[in-house]
Amino acid sequence: MTALGKLFRTTTFKLTLVYLIVFALFAAFLLGYFALNTRRLITEQITDTVNAEITGLSDQYRLGGIRRLVIVVDSRARRPGSSLYLVTTPTGEALAGNVTALAPGILDSPGWTETVYRRLDETEPPEHPDHQALVRVFELPAGFRLLVGRDLDERERLYHIVLDAGRWSVAIVVVLGLAGGLFVTRRVLRRVDAMTETTRTIMAGDLGGRLPVAGTGDELDRLAENLNAMLERIEALMFGLKEVSDNIAHDLKTPLTRLQNRAEEALRAANSETEYRAALEAIIAESEGLIRTFNALLMIARAESGQARDDMSEFDAVEIAHSIGELYEPLAEQKGITLKVEADAPAPVRANRELVSQALANLVDNAIKYTEPGAPGVNGVTPQIVVRALNEGDRIVLTVADSGPGIPEADRGRVVERFVRLEQSRSKPGSGLGLSLASAVARLHGGELTLTDNEPGLKSVIALPRGGPVQIAG
Amino acid sequence: MPTYADTQEARANGWMAEAQPDRVTMRLLVIEDDRAAAEYLVKAFREVGHVADAATDGEDGLAMALDGQYDVLIVDRMLPKRDGLSLIGALRDKGIETPALILSALGQVDDRVKGLHAGGDDYLPKPYSFTELLARTEVLARRRGGREETVLRVGDLELDRLSRLVRRGADEISLQPREFRLLEYLMKHAGQVVTRTMLLENVWDYHFDPQTNVIDVHISRLRSKIDKGFSQPLLHTIRGAGYMIRDGAR
Repeated sequence: MTALGKLFRTTTFKLTLVYLIVFALFAAFLLGYFALNTRRLITEQITDTVNAEITGLSDQYRLGGIRRLVIVVDSRARRPGSSLYLVTTPTGEALAGNVTALAPGILDSPGWTETVYRRLDETEPPEHPDHQALVRVFELPAGFRLLVGRDLDERERLYHIVLDAGRWSVAIVVVLGLAGGLFVTRRVLRRVDAMTETTRTIMAGDLGGRLPVAGTGDELDRLAENLNAMLERIEALMFGLKEVSDNIAHDLKTPLTRLQNRAEEALRAANSETEYRAALEAIIAESEGLIRTFNALLMIARAESGQARDDMSEFDAVEIAHSIGELYEPLAEQKGITLKVEADAPAPVRANRELVSQALANLVDNAIKYTEPGAPGVNGVTPQIVVRALNEGDRIVLTVADSGPGIPEADRGRVVERFVRLEQSRSKPGSGLGLSLASAVARLHGGELTLTDNEPGLKSVIALPRGGPVQIAG
Repeated sequence: MPTYADTQEARANGWMAEAQPDRVTMRLLVIEDDRAAAEYLVKAFREVGHVADAATDGEDGLAMALDGQYDVLIVDRMLPKRDGLSLIGALRDKGIETPALILSALGQVDDRVKGLHAGGDDYLPKPYSFTELLARTEVLARRRGGREETVLRVGDLELDRLSRLVRRGADEISLQPREFRLLEYLMKHAGQVVTRTMLLENVWDYHFDPQTNVIDVHISRLRSKIDKGFSQPLLHTIRGAGYMIRDGAR
């Protein structure tokens, strides 16, 4: 496609053409109308003048007969810029007047005619084209004929001036319009080309590229800004995806290696059926751990992609707090920890019940896991975990407060990320995905997970908007 | 007469090899397009004493399910020619109520709900362990035609669903509401293995992984209430699978 071809194909240029045609037609119509009316006006003036003269001359004839008429006509015909006159006998002989070379047969038919003529006092050479005139032939009593007329040159000149003006103005409209259209089109085209060029580099893999914004706030800028926001989001998602796959590769490889090692070791060293059985059981346990991690990852991915938004229902967070508390209470008790649920006033919320339950379960599970087993009666203090569900205006808050070691402030942001486990917790069982899932669930609902100091211990807080997720925040 | 020692032996050998008095032979149809997986399942079911056939696409599976008298269908969700859900739907339309367990690589809660909505009776996400599948299949086979009894009995343990009273011999046992539901579920499936996931789903109505084995702690609490002080334990741990309540004295 040539550059010009591309230019002609743009919407802007096509619009320009349409406007051009409309304006040119309008100009032509306007001037044409003007020309025709001017011509009509002049014709009317001529007829009025001629009629008045004929009336005057026929009065003279009535008063003084043909002799008087001839005298009057002669004197009038000699005046400069005069009308055209001719008086003839009934047989057609000229008696007085200032015209000759009329079209044949004019004098035989009374009334209005347009005709060629030549003035008698004209000195120009005969090859000069004859003039046009509008004449009226009037039959006087006794068969004499009187012809009075006006030259039409003026009318025709004016008519042609207007016609010329029309032609010129149409030509100017076309030229200026085309030039302007081309100018505007090229400007728009340049910006669109710049955008296309950027999108091409982005498609080629450079997600960091952004569309140029001229800063004028026009429709192209708005489009570019929106596309840039979209790119921003895509880049963030891609980055998240890459991070996830890196983490999966890193953290799933460890258990997979262990799995393989155990199988190899069994093949190499096991002698009895009991040993084989033990090795196989260990392998199954390892693979169950892997599946568990995998499921947690899928769950997080699902929460983050927003699919689970379809599964919202109304329920009371207080009921969830009691239910999860009840599920984990024996486990806590076994470890010598008191698990209390403090939730009384109803805290209705619209959310994904299963996911919120799981998020809360993860927080409680963590709290139990990281709180040192209590030995009641030794220091007189039993470690305690408190689960609360509160109604705070337009949001509901689920908190889990423990008296364990807590998380240093510097690490609190990090532990929410996938697979992050602080060094001191490496020995504990778990996938390291519990907090990430809780955080993803909170974000899915337009809420957040925050970790604060319980002095001592950790306080995990899930805050959810009561009406469910609003619009996706930019 | 099986004794506690028998149970110990059963633990050592794995419950699947154990000749269970309550295990009835089931006729199973496995509809799964992955030939290796289908063969593995058929072989494994036969090893524990069931009769199993396999179909590898939806149309064959439907024809066989319409034709044969199976106790349970094990249906993969993604099948060539006709997918698992539509197969089950077609069967139900024809008035065939054979219990169906759906196997699926889609393990999310809403997929499960869709599966059950389409007429499936249970849903097991892949990858699954055979013990889990076997336990669920046996529960499904038993459910068929079973009427809801008001009083459940296992040995000298008695649970009255109406009065919500539990007795062992002459002693009345006091249980928390959740413990009652747990025992009720176990007794409803007396003689059958129930897995931890089945308990979490049916007693607590949770379908997620609680990370720690919270169920074990609940079971040991329940066990201390119903078995403690009695010479004959009723609530058994089946290693590598789950739990079973069973009258060992029969």
